[in-house]
Amino acid sequence: MLHTQPSQDIESRVEFGYEELGGFMSAMMGDEKHSLAATSTLDVIWTLYDRVMNVDRDNPRNPDRDRLYLSKGHGPMAYYAVLTAKGFLEPTDLAGFGSYNSILGHHPDRLLVPGVEISSGSLGHGLPLAVGAAIGIGIAERMGRVFCLLGDGELDEGSNHEAIAVAGRLGLSRLTVVVIDNNSSILGWPGGIARRFEVEGWTATTVDGRNHDDIERELTGHRSGSPHVVVADVGAHRD
Amino acid sequence: MIESMRERFTRVAGDLLAEDNRTVIVLAVIGHAAFSQQGLVGRYPKRIVDVGIREQAQIGVAGGLALEGFKPIVSGYAPFLVERPYEQIKLDLTHQGADAILVSVGASWDSSGSGRTHLAPEDVTLMATLPGWSIHVPGHPDELEMLLRHEHSLGASAYIRTSVDLNSRPYSTAPGMISTLKRGSHGSPTVLVVGPLADATLDAVDDLDVSVLYSSTPAPLDGDALRALVSGTDVILIEPYLAGTSAARVMEALAGRPIRLHSHGVTEPDLRHYGTPGDHRTAHGLDAPGIRDFVLRSTATPAWHAH
Repeated sequence: MLHTQPSQDIESRVEFGYEELGGFMSAMMGDEKHSLAATSTLDVIWTLYDRVMNVDRDNPRNPDRDRLYLSKGHGPMAYYAVLTAKGFLEPTDLAGFGSYNSILGHHPDRLLVPGVEISSGSLGHGLPLAVGAAIGIGIAERMGRVFCLLGDGELDEGSNHEAIAVAGRLGLSRLTVVVIDNNSSILGWPGGIARRFEVEGWTATTVDGRNHDDIERELTGHRSGSPHVVVADVGAHRD
Repeated sequence: MIESMRERFTRVAGDLLAEDNRTVIVLAVIGHAAFSQQGLVGRYPKRIVDVGIREQAQIGVAGGLALEGFKPIVSGYAPFLVERPYEQIKLDLTHQGADAILVSVGASWDSSGSGRTHLAPEDVTLMATLPGWSIHVPGHPDELEMLLRHEHSLGASAYIRTSVDLNSRPYSTAPGMISTLKRGSHGSPTVLVVGPLADATLDAVDDLDVSVLYSSTPAPLDGDALRALVSGTDVILIEPYLAGTSAARVMEALAGRPIRLHSHGVTEPDLRHYGTPGDHRTAHGLDAPGIRDFVLRSTATPAWHAH
């Protein structure tokens, strides 16, 4: 892990734990106590920021940082909650969620939200962008990895399959995809999601999408020479 | 033999690869052979990226490269560069705040023998819906080179449309300028022609009392120059793509004046005919006789008699 210069105001930096995330999500959604289990992406995003990714809120554009490209931009409350816990957002940013002057919309905008790498919402755009970023980091010979989070329903979009093929053929070992599998693909993926990646030359694994230790192990377990996909099984529900 | 715009593009792109290590060429097969023949693929194996026949990924990859600080130059056939991945251009480039230069081949009727699937006279209209894009329609390889180098140095988003059709010489010497090719009497009609139709237009109106203005940059259109150069009421816009594409920008530039605008261009994008580019120019009324006919019809009724 690369360590950057700590900023002057490091004393004033406040970070929050996993148990605070429900409160942050309630602040956005106006419900009394938000159920973390109802949010399919929360555990993966939390584990990425808490244990896996090299990111620094005080140096958010460090060229050697790890990037999260949240392609599944729908339902971004878990993302905003984690960004708040990790100091990219203030808890006071959450209250106006979705209102005209809020920086936090129902789909994230990278030009508005600190720490957000891509603007997303329309399905099937994050992975091709992540492939371009991984190629760029390779040309620049930088350290960073690109993590890209998709939904299993989003995988229906054909643009993903263009990107899966390109990443596999080019051997983009800096790229790790997480597919949050909540069985929301209407026509399904016979033979499993992981197979779609493996035939294109990716390494693939499937984990319990709620188990932080398993997620951490698989997200750091990629081998060199090929892109890696982690299918995070979170059971069948919608969010 | 005169160098084509496509040949000049490959040569200048090679220069830009050499001059700036942030230059990356992103291809979807089209153009790969030319870059290979110039020895560029061998020289810059990492910075010439070919994603195969995957045009959505082509724009997405360019967007990701731009987010990493590179200056992507993306090239392909107009319908597959602009129409198929239109949402990718809108979201993976413009909405991300990421910039790229798109360079198309296969303008309007260039691929006449291929029929509708390879014809995209709508491309300039479509790109003009996106905020922040400059659109260039060079009429000569020298103009193409000037515009490509200019946009690369700016690092902004630009669509540059190359064509098989060429004028005999460059008529533009600075990016975005409007130049005067023929000066009519004060108050006479003004013909504004875009890109490679300039020579045909000059032939068409040789003996008529009209001014001919030329631009290879329909967006942003140089409104100040247009206001200064138009002295009459009739303005005839001649564009080698969908008719009326620049009409709103011309009228905006001339707002407040009593102007009669006559827009000429492609009105039937799907001719359901093959043949040569010349056949298609004639069918669209965009060869010299067709342009002359349009100018005469547009000016047959003097403006002061119009109801």
